[in-house]
Amino acid sequence: MKKIHKSKFRWTVFILVIGVIISFFLSLSTGIIAISPVEVVQTILHDGTARQEMVLFDFRLPGIILALFIGAGLAVSGSILQGVTQNELADPGILGINTGAGLAVVLFLFFFQGDLEPTNTSSIFLLPIFAFIGALVAAGFIYLLAWKKGIDPIRLVLVGIGINAAFSAFLVIFQLKMDPQNFRQATVWLSGDIWNTNWMFVLSILPWIITLIPVTISKAKTLDVLTLGDEVAAGLGSKIEKERVTLLFLAVALAGASVAAGGAIAFLGLIVPHITRKIIGPLHQYIIPISTLIGGLLLIIADMIAKNLLQPTQMPVGIIVSILSAPYFIYLLMKTK
Amino acid sequence: MLHTINHSTFLRLLINIFSFIALLLSIGFSIALGAVDIHLNTVWNALFHFDSEVTSHQIIQELRLPRAFAAVLVGAFLAISGAIMQGMTRNPLASPSIMGVTEGSALALVIMLAFFPAASNSGLIIASFIGAGLAVTMVFMIGSFSKGGLTQVKLALGGVAISTMLSSISSLISLHFQLERQMGFWMAGGLADTNWNSIQLLLVCGAIGLTLAISMSKSITILSLGDDIASGLGQNNMLIKILGIFSVLLLTGAAVSIAGPVGFIGLIVPHITRFIMGTDYRWIIPSSAIFGGLLLVLADVVSRLVNAPYETPVGAITSLIGVPFFLYLARGGGTK
Repeated sequence: MKKIHKSKFRWTVFILVIGVIISFFLSLSTGIIAISPVEVVQTILHDGTARQEMVLFDFRLPGIILALFIGAGLAVSGSILQGVTQNELADPGILGINTGAGLAVVLFLFFFQGDLEPTNTSSIFLLPIFAFIGALVAAGFIYLLAWKKGIDPIRLVLVGIGINAAFSAFLVIFQLKMDPQNFRQATVWLSGDIWNTNWMFVLSILPWIITLIPVTISKAKTLDVLTLGDEVAAGLGSKIEKERVTLLFLAVALAGASVAAGGAIAFLGLIVPHITRKIIGPLHQYIIPISTLIGGLLLIIADMIAKNLLQPTQMPVGIIVSILSAPYFIYLLMKTK
Repeated sequence: MLHTINHSTFLRLLINIFSFIALLLSIGFSIALGAVDIHLNTVWNALFHFDSEVTSHQIIQELRLPRAFAAVLVGAFLAISGAIMQGMTRNPLASPSIMGVTEGSALALVIMLAFFPAASNSGLIIASFIGAGLAVTMVFMIGSFSKGGLTQVKLALGGVAISTMLSSISSLISLHFQLERQMGFWMAGGLADTNWNSIQLLLVCGAIGLTLAISMSKSITILSLGDDIASGLGQNNMLIKILGIFSVLLLTGAAVSIAGPVGFIGLIVPHITRFIMGTDYRWIIPSSAIFGGLLLVLADVVSRLVNAPYETPVGAITSLIGVPFFLYLARGGGTK
């Protein structure tokens, strides 16, 4: 049985990696300036025009890699949250963690008036840290307010919705105090925007993704145990509360870094774990890597749609993700008790 | 149920009279405070001895008076809608803003602006009615057709799902047709741009909606005991529910199309009213109207003062008041 699982896992990873590579090339070759896949290969082999090189390496490539990272980060964050809270409808967006991160970033822009120009390196690298703090504050509030002799999954979601509303209200208040230039930037960025990016953003999220996702994979067994429920977990001898808090930290850090790099993208962290569980079953040692790949793949595809759907208008990718995944969310909502 | 006996009619009448006086006073303050502070005496004169030569009288007549009236009516309408929804569904979280009315109305508005730019003002308002109604209907459907029925969580999450989807579609359209600025104004608008035309619309919808709501308040009380009991008592639940939804649509549709997003009034006011007035909707509905109006007039005053001379969206203020209450309900308060 286990062997079958393992080979299925390998096949799934293989297919998904191929999918990511194909979508990578497709995304590289589409956009306002058409560059055919053949030309993309030529350019990668240093055989393209200077103009093609600039479009591909300075504009499209960082965006696509960023989409891959953000998608992966949000998907893993959602997988952890759903496992830890034993609630299939948990997601960093719904719980207000993304809004917390967003508020922190807006406050940062507001108080330091730091603009996100490529030249301003330090503020780009500080951004994920601020976002993490904001996400942590939101998560702390949710945890405290949902605590009533333990954490009830339903109460957690409801409290999350409330916290989300409060943070959004503060967001509106501070956004309106910004000057129009920063205001526009903040608005577009908050609706989940990765097309207007550069390599600095990729570098700022990279350390978070390459350290936190492997750590999460190493905790997969603990997640399995926690998913079984508190009583079973305690019976099996895990120090549940401590492990739960560590895992929540990981989820919050991943969400915070993703939001700092790409804005608040709703529902991705919710649906990817569901799709993953459907494919590979309930074991987290498989769920986390597959979620990483599916999350990245979906966001690259959504980004491609966002860039090309209503040319020449470029949509923030977050809007496309919401429109595509809300129906699936509603389906899940109607199906679960 | 024993709870209600303590509320003598006299006491309830007294509370209503007091809160009505408070409402009148707050309207006075709302007119007096603003970019230019006007003395309350002048407010009185402008209302009862209007002199078109005096600038402050004109400000009051043309800007502040309609704004204060709109705040009263919008607050009252949202509160009544919330009371009807909570009474009919017995769900403590039922209220217009949680069920996506704002986003529905915004989407309808953006569609009109993008595809029918020649539409008249009343056309826009009718569209935003329909949008609000569709959003509520969708959230209701999700709740009612799902496993386990219309629970608190279903309603709240269904609202989140529909709101996010609708608002994403509106941003898609508004970005493509470059309507962000107009929509931004509407979303942040609050009550700043109200004039006598908006008041007319509110009054017409309100007259129908309120008459309906008050005339069926007794039936809502019975319905709030449970569908089975109500039909056992010989009540036509279906008819009451349809009439109830109709009046909710009229009242919230009018309120949202004038004031944009004003959250949480419809959620908290009915709870406070039930706490003070008991469980009889013949009292809850009129008192909700007074309390809701009072709350929104005050919130509107706060929104003008908090960051003067700039206005803060009144919806942000009402959210900040409403969220602690929502959290209290989410933690299981207010349910028996």
